[in-house]
Amino acid sequence: MAYDYEKYIRPGKLPHIWCPGCGHGIVMKGLIRAIDSCGLDKNNTALVSGIGCASRLPGYLDFCTLHTAHGRAAAFATGVKMAKPEMNVIVMGGDGDGTAIGGNHFIHACRRNIDMTYVIMNNLIYGMTGGQFSPCTPTGDKASTTPYGNPDPTFDISKLAIGAGATFVARTTAFHATQIDKLIAEGIKHKGMAIIEVLDDCPTTYGRRNKFRSVIDMMKRLKDIAVPVAAAGKMTAEQLEGKVLTGVLYKEDKPEYCEQYAKVIAKASGAK
Amino acid sequence: MSGTRIEVIEKYCKGCSICVEFCPKNVLEMDGFLAKVVRLQDCIKCMQCELRCPDFAIKVYVD
Ligand SMILES: Cc1ncc(C[n+]2csc(CCOP(=O)(O)OP(=O)(O)O)c2C)c(N)n1
Ligand code: SF4
Ligand code: SF4
Ligand code: SF4
Ligand SMILES: [Mg+2]
Repeated sequence: MAYDYEKYIRPGKLPHIWCPGCGHGIVMKGLIRAIDSCGLDKNNTALVSGIGCASRLPGYLDFCTLHTAHGRAAAFATGVKMAKPEMNVIVMGGDGDGTAIGGNHFIHACRRNIDMTYVIMNNLIYGMTGGQFSPCTPTGDKASTTPYGNPDPTFDISKLAIGAGATFVARTTAFHATQIDKLIAEGIKHKGMAIIEVLDDCPTTYGRRNKFRSVIDMMKRLKDIAVPVAAAGKMTAEQLEGKVLTGVLYKEDKPEYCEQYAKVIAKASGAK
Repeated sequence: MSGTRIEVIEKYCKGCSICVEFCPKNVLEMDGFLAKVVRLQDCIKCMQCELRCPDFAIKVYVD
């Protein structure tokens, strides 16, 4: 017996459009395993995305799917959840979609602590449109719009999410495939806003302009930079230079938005 | 290993070589732009090739 991914894939949709070695496919597999392990009902689960290579993901999968406008996935997802609080709502998107044009929607969805799961595939670049720099492109790196090196400081998506009020924040990489489904599943089970940042690779528009000649170089980078939070405590600042922490970075229980809003509805309709 | 079968779905494989590079037992090789199973007897069923294949192109069957 082999693992049955096909059960969740729309017939005739494979092969997908992503480039050879693009990590988005690894994340899609992780999402399927997470949803399967949580036993979510296809008809009661909405996958929402904006625009970008990452945002193509929901279109391959057999759930209620919503492919919206660039950067607006969190806003549409909020609408779905408010209208149908019993639905499982999962946003799938990229770093450009979620932190550039959609940065405002992202931080406010975090702030409200609405019960959804947002998987953000951070490949450090606008992949779809040809490798323009995103707010997540490392300082000094090359993009099609920063041929002399990116002068901008870089967003740390997980820190941004924690600062904005998300109550579950976790990070892993496309190399750490088994951790992807575990963290997404934990996020799904968490009541409130769960952000799962997956450090991803775009060999086509980021790798080839920087030091990563091949898909394998990009994968090795993801393997090398990840440090589990538990291990980081025993490391010196020097050893942690250039590394990123992986695992559950933050978790707390706080009032969830739909529940708070239900109280407003009850009050407005005259209940004591 | 008996009972184990690995299938490469040729029409999905894009030849990225991730499965080949990170197999801990060196079971796979590239044959041009396709992954190929060459040392099935060494496979430890760790599933890493399948988990990391971005293209749903490699399946490990275990019974
Ligand atoms: C309003 C609007 N502005 C710009 C674009 C062009 N555009 C399409 S995808 C994209 C960037 C996507 O980057 P990211 O979310 O990181 O996804 P990736 O392709 O890297 O997976 C941009 C700028 C658009 N489609 N709509
Ligand atoms: S351009 Fe980059 S992000 Fe888009 S499919 Fe290709 S590798 Fe993936
Ligand atoms: S299951 Fe593990 S040992 Fe077997 S081919 Fe795949 S990566 Fe190699
Ligand atoms: S990881 Fe998948 S797509 Fe890449 S070479 Fe192996 S089987 Fe082919
Ligand atoms: Mg991107």
